Amino acid sequence: MSHTELAKQPRRSLPISQVVAGAVKGLAPHQLARNPVMAVVAIGTVVCFGLTPIAFAQGENGGFALAIALLLLATVLFATGAESLAESRGKAHAGALRKTKGELKAAKLNADGTTSNVTADSLRKGDRVKVVAGELIPADGDIIKGAASINESAVTGESAPVLREAGTDNSGVSAGTKVLSDHLIIEVSANPGESLLDRMIALVEGANRQKTPSELALSVLLAMLTLVFLIVVVTLVPMAAFVGVETSTVMLVALLVCLIPTTIGGLLPAIGIAGMERAMRANLVAKSGKAVEIAGSIDTLLLDKTGTITLGDRRATEFAPCQQVPRQRVRDVAFLASLDDPTPEGRSIVALATEQGVDVQLSEEADGATFEAFSAETRLSGVDLTNGKKLRKGAPNAIAEWVKAQGGDLPSDYEQVIARISRDGATPIAVAEGKQILGVVALSDVIKSGIAEKFAELRAMGIKTVMITGDNPITASAIAATAGVDDYIAEATPERKLALIREEQASGRLVAMVGDGTNDAPALAQADLGLAMNSGTQAAREAANMVDLDSDPGKLISAVEIGKQLLVTRGALTTFSLANDVAKYFVILPALFAASFPALGVLDVMNLHSPTTAVLAAVLFNALIIPALIPFALRGVSVKAASATELLRRNLLIYGLGGLLLPFPAIKLLDMLIALFI
Amino acid sequence: MHDMIAIYAIVALLGVPLGIYIARALSTQPSRIDTLFRVIETPIYRLAGVNSQSVMTWQVYALAILKLHVGLILLAWLVFMCQGLLPLNPDGIPGMKWDTALHTAVSFATNTNQQHYSGQAQLSHLSQTFAIVTLQFLTPATGLAVLVAIARTLLVARPVGTLTGVGNYYHDLTRTVVRVMLPLAAVVALLLTSQGVPSSYQAAHQIEMLDSQVEEVQSIPLGPVASMVAIKQLGTNGGGWYGPNSSVPLENPTPLANVIETASLTIIPFALLIAIALISGRRRLMMGIGAVMLTFSLISTSVVVSSERMPNAALAELSQPGANLEGKELRFGTDLSALWGSWTTQTSNGSVNAMHDSFNPMGGMMVLMDMFVNVTFGGVGVGLIGFFLYLMLAAFVGSLMVGRAPELFGKPLETREMRWISLAILAQPLVILGLSALTVAIPGAAGTSNPGFHGLSQVLYEYTSAFANNGSGFEGLGDDTTWWNLACVIALMVGRFLPMLVPLAVAGWLAAKRTAPAGRGTLPMDSPAFMGLTAGVIVIVNLLGFLPALVLGPIAEAVTQGF
Repeated sequence: MSHTELAKQPRRSLPISQVVAGAVKGLAPHQLARNPVMAVVAIGTVVCFGLTPIAFAQGENGGFALAIALLLLATVLFATGAESLAESRGKAHAGALRKTKGELKAAKLNADGTTSNVTADSLRKGDRVKVVAGELIPADGDIIKGAASINESAVTGESAPVLREAGTDNSGVSAGTKVLSDHLIIEVSANPGESLLDRMIALVEGANRQKTPSELALSVLLAMLTLVFLIVVVTLVPMAAFVGVETSTVMLVALLVCLIPTTIGGLLPAIGIAGMERAMRANLVAKSGKAVEIAGSIDTLLLDKTGTITLGDRRATEFAPCQQVPRQRVRDVAFLASLDDPTPEGRSIVALATEQGVDVQLSEEADGATFEAFSAETRLSGVDLTNGKKLRKGAPNAIAEWVKAQGGDLPSDYEQVIARISRDGATPIAVAEGKQILGVVALSDVIKSGIAEKFAELRAMGIKTVMITGDNPITASAIAATAGVDDYIAEATPERKLALIREEQASGRLVAMVGDGTNDAPALAQADLGLAMNSGTQAAREAANMVDLDSDPGKLISAVEIGKQLLVTRGALTTFSLANDVAKYFVILPALFAASFPALGVLDVMNLHSPTTAVLAAVLFNALIIPALIPFALRGVSVKAASATELLRRNLLIYGLGGLLLPFPAIKLLDMLIALFI
Repeated sequence: MHDMIAIYAIVALLGVPLGIYIARALSTQPSRIDTLFRVIETPIYRLAGVNSQSVMTWQVYALAILKLHVGLILLAWLVFMCQGLLPLNPDGIPGMKWDTALHTAVSFATNTNQQHYSGQAQLSHLSQTFAIVTLQFLTPATGLAVLVAIARTLLVARPVGTLTGVGNYYHDLTRTVVRVMLPLAAVVALLLTSQGVPSSYQAAHQIEMLDSQVEEVQSIPLGPVASMVAIKQLGTNGGGWYGPNSSVPLENPTPLANVIETASLTIIPFALLIAIALISGRRRLMMGIGAVMLTFSLISTSVVVSSERMPNAALAELSQPGANLEGKELRFGTDLSALWGSWTTQTSNGSVNAMHDSFNPMGGMMVLMDMFVNVTFGGVGVGLIGFFLYLMLAAFVGSLMVGRAPELFGKPLETREMRWISLAILAQPLVILGLSALTVAIPGAAGTSNPGFHGLSQVLYEYTSAFANNGSGFEGLGDDTTWWNLACVIALMVGRFLPMLVPLAVAGWLAAKRTAPAGRGTLPMDSPAFMGLTAGVIVIVNLLGFLPALVLGPIAEAVTQGF
């Protein structure tokens, strides 16, 4: 489950100057105050800088104080830089999507029916604009009149045109997409600065970024740990004095900074922003950071069959004859009846017949035939050949009626054949010539390749999948079994979806669902994670807390992964940060006291060069670990299909045990390097 | 070695049936023993004028605890100050001074039994039996009551909305005292009496000495000692009748008495693992917790035992090399003294049969660490409650590591819960280190009998013992001063009520939240990996915070003495 496949747009190179400028801006006191851990490091930096001239004046080791001060400054800059980097990446992506918008012109409809040319920026919610073929849509909105094919590649990166139509579940349009045909009247759905993309950009912008619930709770925990170590270090002064040791303030600041959780404290904002950015890269627009976070805790996924589990259209997979009719005859008649049928189903029948060796010459029989298109009334289609034969295919009961109307009888095994095909999860299409029913074509849903594996992964992660379909229960159960979902709802209505969500929530589960229609809106709002298709109606997009620009219902699975990654990254780096402390104690405590009590040198298990190099090495390690872990923070820790038990064991081993052991050799190495220069 | 293994085995063997009994005794389901105990319980409820049936929210439950304890503290304070005027004072002991009396009242009302006085010389029979022993029964019972309230609120999975409160404090408290503490203490008291522990209301015996050069007449104070020793051991109290506690032959006369008293240290904390497993139905979880506790216990005991088997550095040139017998009873030897020393600090008991002050530095540091951790079995009820506090912290980090928003038993842990959990954890370094630093910084406040490292250890030990509600002391500290008494009162109160009531509050808050059903995707709280994480959290939070202080105290002492 990698996200590389989701990254449709190439990663843009980032202007380094922008990142550096952001890092420096992050040093502003009001910015630092948002992050208690880094605020303490910043205060330590100021203290050490202040002590430097005093130390020089008193003939003490002023160089050491200066070095510590510089290292602490670097620590803070690495942290603000990580945040700035994540922010730039997020903004670069969102900004590219928005770029065209400012330059857009709009033909605003006035009350008297005339239009006036305005800039897109001046459009307000509720305004109506007219867009004709070849123009760009000036603002996010809903089509209220007309239908058109639209190129949405500016938003989704997908260049195949899509159909959007007023009054359907596909009436939503996005700013910057291009109308290819016809003309549309669009009602603008957001004021400038309030569109989906604007909101998404706000989520990654440091200054106004809201902390998510679990980020807030984690901040409390980190603040507590910072306070604990602050108490430890402050109380050390009188206790050391009691046993006759004078402590160096610079050393104490170094000890404090090494002990407080600077690694996770420094990377926490970047982790959150990177989570948003990963969502955005997958073309998922979250309305809040909370939405991305909650996706990780989802217990039940309600998935639409069409588009998620199966490819959009059904395909013919079998010609099943009734009674003694030869199989070829069913094939041939179905072939002729479908030749002029433009629907995907019709074309798939022609394709299957060709595959099974239909005589191509046969198509000449249909020359000059009149095509009877499918209509909702008759529920059948076909051709009237020039030789007078009437060939029809369609829903089994519609064909049965059509045959009876001409005085024909139903074959005795008709019901059986239909039942068998339904049981296999296929849709039966009956084929008739005149008053005789010849057989049935099986139209099967084509299950997306790899989807069964995906569900197996989700099951391994403890997530329950429920397939939602309008199909009858027999077909639904067959598809559910093949695709490997845990449960299904056949003949689903929006009301049943809503009821199911409430039921799952009542048993304590968090539920995610996908929807696009206006009647999906209540369920989308009720679900803990509601993912609306960008092509969906305004109501659906309003009710959801995430919108997929690609309008791909399967994205729900990606959303869950991104959410889990976000949470795992926070947990893993917290563990790593805390486990690091053990090694740092073995460096700084002997350095602090060994001069007064040489016997305490036994604690110096790494046999470091000198107290000065030891402390410098520890503080340097503490600073460097932040940029070293930025890739983890931005990419996210892998959550490959694994149960919670496996994930816990793996992450404890890597980040817990690894965090415990890594600093020992790393600090030893840095100590040896520093010793070369001092 | 065999004797120590035997005592561990005795606790395990007797703890299981006791745990089963406690689970039954405190169950709200009707049972056969009800009819027997109702005869005692019903009049108590009527006399106290409390409704034992109403269901309390956690706030009401906590308030009931605080009200009762404030009342008890005031009453005991008054009794100690006025004991000279009150009956049951055959030896004519005068009233205590106000600050010692306050410290003593708070110390016993917090299940600590830290003594800044010497029992037999400064307390009348009335003070000992009425004030002290009453508190020695009520405080462990309160810990147990709160534990059961937390267990049935937090551990028992119930649909949201079906649980209206955490239980009824008076019901839980009365049942624990009447059904668990009193019968068990009676059995142990009888066993100890059979071994020769005094059980009498007589005044002190005046004995004429054979060697009249030393002292003409020795006064041997008596009293209902056996009953007090029984509950002091069982209830993780620790305050003995006599100043030297169970090292004195009158409190601990025979090898068998020593076995009984040692086993009594851990029997209830161990049995509670079984009881909570039965009450909550979470057997694997409690087994995991038991495994972590046992691991900590074995590590601590091994360190203390091997430390005390080493010679005392101070006597290096003066005596034959051998185990460190300074401050120990020869009749127990180093092993049984070390076992007691490690158990009494693992369980927040604080009674002693040897002087911890005279332990070798590594042994002294280990018992100090036991008190920092304080959840290696821990006090009656509060040991497990304290463990749950760390479990909550581990669940927070663990949930994140499995990719879920933080949860505890499927219930979301949010900012409000984390704020209070953090406060409860922060309180320990704040109080212990803060007060220690203040004490050594204020000239003349410390009153230590040793300079340097050992003096610092003494100060650190005193506050740690107070915060951990342990009560044992590094002797030699001049601690009966107004400073020490008042500073310790703060440590005692915060150390008792914050770590006990915060988990209760969290349980109460979580009860109102949704419960995600446990599955493959949820944090496996009963897995070895999670228990490893919890153990790691306990070690890191406790030991890392106190390591610098330990380095200046016992560690410096140890390395400067060459161990």
